[in-house]
Amino acid sequence: MIVVEEKLPKHPDTRILERFDDGTGKNIHPVLDRVRATALKDFKRLGIPAGKNERYRYTAVGKLLDRPFVPLLHPHHRNFKVEEIFRCDIPTLDTLEFTVLNGFFFEEQETLMELPGGVLVGGLRQALKQVPQLAEAYLDNLSNTVNDGLVALNRAMATDGFFMYVPDGMVMDKPVQLVNLVKDDEDIMVQHRSLVILGKDAQAALLICDHALSEQKFISHGLMEVFVGENSAMEITKLQNEHNSMTDLSSLFIRQERNSRVRTNTISLHGGLIRNNLHVILQGEGAENQAYGLFLMDRKQHVDNSVFVDHAAPHCFSNQLYKGVLDDEATGAFDGKILVRPHAQKTEAFQVNKNILLTDHAKMNTKPQLEIYADDVKCTHGATVGQLDEEALFYLRSRGIHEYEARMLLMYAFAHEVIREIKIDPLQDRIHELVDKRLHGELPRCHTCLVDYHK
Amino acid sequence: MEKDQDKILKNVTENEYKYGFVSDIEMDSLPKGLNEEVIRQIWKLKQEPEWMLDFRLKAYRQWQKMVMPQWAHLQIPEIDYQNIIYYATPKKKEGPASLDELDPELIDTFNKLGIPLEEQERLSGVAVDAVIDSQSVKTTFQETLAELGIIFCSMSDAIRDYPDLVKKYLGSVVPYSDNYFAALNSAVFGDGSFAYIPKGIRCPMELSTYFRINLADTGQFERTLIVAEEDSYVSYLEGCTAPMRDENQLHAAIVEIIVMDDAEVKYSTVQNWYPGNKEGKGGIYNFVTKRGICKGNNSKLSWTQVETGSAITWKYPSTILKGDNAIAEFYSVALTNNYQQADTGTKMIHIGKNTRSTIISKGISAGNSNNSYRGLVKVMKKAENARNYSQCDSLLIGDQCGAHTFPYLEVDNKSAVVEHEATTSKIGEDQLFYCNQRGISTEDAIGMIVNGYAREVLNQLPMEFAVEAQKLLQISLEGSVG
Repeated sequence: MIVVEEKLPKHPDTRILERFDDGTGKNIHPVLDRVRATALKDFKRLGIPAGKNERYRYTAVGKLLDRPFVPLLHPHHRNFKVEEIFRCDIPTLDTLEFTVLNGFFFEEQETLMELPGGVLVGGLRQALKQVPQLAEAYLDNLSNTVNDGLVALNRAMATDGFFMYVPDGMVMDKPVQLVNLVKDDEDIMVQHRSLVILGKDAQAALLICDHALSEQKFISHGLMEVFVGENSAMEITKLQNEHNSMTDLSSLFIRQERNSRVRTNTISLHGGLIRNNLHVILQGEGAENQAYGLFLMDRKQHVDNSVFVDHAAPHCFSNQLYKGVLDDEATGAFDGKILVRPHAQKTEAFQVNKNILLTDHAKMNTKPQLEIYADDVKCTHGATVGQLDEEALFYLRSRGIHEYEARMLLMYAFAHEVIREIKIDPLQDRIHELVDKRLHGELPRCHTCLVDYHK
Repeated sequence: MEKDQDKILKNVTENEYKYGFVSDIEMDSLPKGLNEEVIRQIWKLKQEPEWMLDFRLKAYRQWQKMVMPQWAHLQIPEIDYQNIIYYATPKKKEGPASLDELDPELIDTFNKLGIPLEEQERLSGVAVDAVIDSQSVKTTFQETLAELGIIFCSMSDAIRDYPDLVKKYLGSVVPYSDNYFAALNSAVFGDGSFAYIPKGIRCPMELSTYFRINLADTGQFERTLIVAEEDSYVSYLEGCTAPMRDENQLHAAIVEIIVMDDAEVKYSTVQNWYPGNKEGKGGIYNFVTKRGICKGNNSKLSWTQVETGSAITWKYPSTILKGDNAIAEFYSVALTNNYQQADTGTKMIHIGKNTRSTIISKGISAGNSNNSYRGLVKVMKKAENARNYSQCDSLLIGDQCGAHTFPYLEVDNKSAVVEHEATTSKIGEDQLFYCNQRGISTEDAIGMIVNGYAREVLNQLPMEFAVEAQKLLQISLEGSVG
């Protein structure tokens, strides 16, 4: 049973805690059990971020948790194989594929998989057993429960997730693909936490796909901590393509050492409510971070990207480009913040958020922010909300291109600026295709997924 | 180079605040503290009508329920609201105060500040309302203006002489429940200026109010109300100074502006309250609510502010663009030095069709100061073809200060075009080098560069103010970068 020493205060969010079953979440792993107590305490104090919380100003996460759902602390009994229900259809994409189902690593074997060069991949729970020193040294170093209720809830509930370790000097030739699947007969809440560690001079690419395989009202929150060592390079691409009753929350924390390079791409194509937190700390001199995002939303979908880049060392570079197209009654939000700490001189930081509204019912809120405490810096940010360029549209039409096609072309071009930053070629091609389909309204999901798509 | 920089920075920080003198004027003041009784006394002393008491008490009761806003990027020490004198006025002799009857010390004060109270100084061509602590002491050029039907007088006079107008507009743009400081102001405001420009009149001269805090421990709570009727025009200026004191003093003002069809109002401020000494001791807390409404079609409201003073500034001159085709502008230069803090910006609320707004903000931080731009551009659902352009630049001088930008863009209409741009940097060494190699000293070069940097905003100021503002910037900035 979860240790709750004091009586729960009358707070709406405690309903979540009350739903913890007896006997679940107990004795999973000493480390996880230990942090759970503090996390619960913090969660009780903080609750789910509500409208008053500046960082969640434009996304009402709290409301979603009012409805009943089942929290999962242990994997359900599985009576299916992943290959039966899901198969990634990017034909030319040769990846090492791993699956997390309902927040639990889907194990083919009991131990962590050891790849050539000493790369370890597997479930977090297994990693804590098998390589405790390594995993414990890094776990929870980046996220904290002091001021973020969602992180606290994740830490209290998540008992498994993904683990990857790339030792010093190892350059992985194949991207690793992590597929987060959610499938259940009930409305479940899924919480998982992952840990990715890159040593010095290492290189890796990670593709994360979030999919919901049945139409229940799921809530999923995946927290991932990524440590990138000196001179290492990492590319993370996240693809969100889920149905409209899905709430997909994600928190990605990245710490970069000296001269490391990280590039993230967050592509949101479908989803009921999407909230992506990206938190980057540039810890070592000369670190470089590029964060790209693209969201194409329609109906009553909501997407909120929150990016925080912390320049904690001099001579670092960061660049963010987030672009969005909002159709129907979709709402979008962007909350970006660049913090340049004192002494982080010679910082170069750039941030751009561009949005297109297609209907009068779509809505965009954007909040690009700079907080700068060092003087020898170059920082800019910009945000626009507008429509397609009428002159460009006229140009195309005057050359005999149908208005509909012309609009599609322009939107495609708008999105291209982000997609071209995906450096894995087959993946880039595939996402181009997906986006093109999405813009034409023809995309239910990666279409060869074997499960029927329910609207 | 390092040494030079230190020397120059030292020079700047040691620049004295030249308006820091205290005038020995006989003052009447209420005891410290705030309660309903004090509000009744203010009301009584000011001989206001019954409805004003209602207004004040309602605001006070609201204020008691509110808490001080915490969202700004400011470190505000605890303020003891019971340790402030809420009403102080220069002792007045009986009868109408003609210039001769004013305390000579008072005239002296304004002469020292360079404010022409004597109507003979027609050269200046500016009508001035001078407010000291809680009281308006003199309004010039009233007769000339009256010939055109323009009302320009102190708020107290307006409440007495034009109760209908005041009643109609007071609190219509900034209701007493708007925010903590607006509620406080509505409860205790002393005086301020009232300007009413009738239909079709173009005000022939600049209207100006000069605010001065004199007495220790007093707070200044003034209230300005400007109404521009159809097809009228007025340019209004505001200036302020305070003596140098070790303790902090509170200033919480409200400015309300109503602009009707085809009318235009230009509002300029040079804010130079005492900023505190170089250790950050003393100085004014400047917590001001300024808001205008472009009520009529084709109306225009333009805010220009030069913010150099105050220990802490919390100020967001805003515009509600309600009429179709309304235009709003916001030009700001905010400079912070030593331990000053500023969190300032604007709100542009687009409601009418084809409304346009422009925001140009230039922040300059030096010393250990923190300077933030905070702005909201909101396009409502009905605001077809709204257009906004915002540009917020920050200049950092020295590595101990901070410059921050917090823009909010909320767009609810697809035909809107909203753009925001911001940059933060220090003065380019290449620019300095360019000037140096042409024989311009580093100090002069910096003067030139900063002036050029702020020019876009300074150009918006009326001539008299532009000169003053340029001098102000120069005093604080000349050679402050090495």
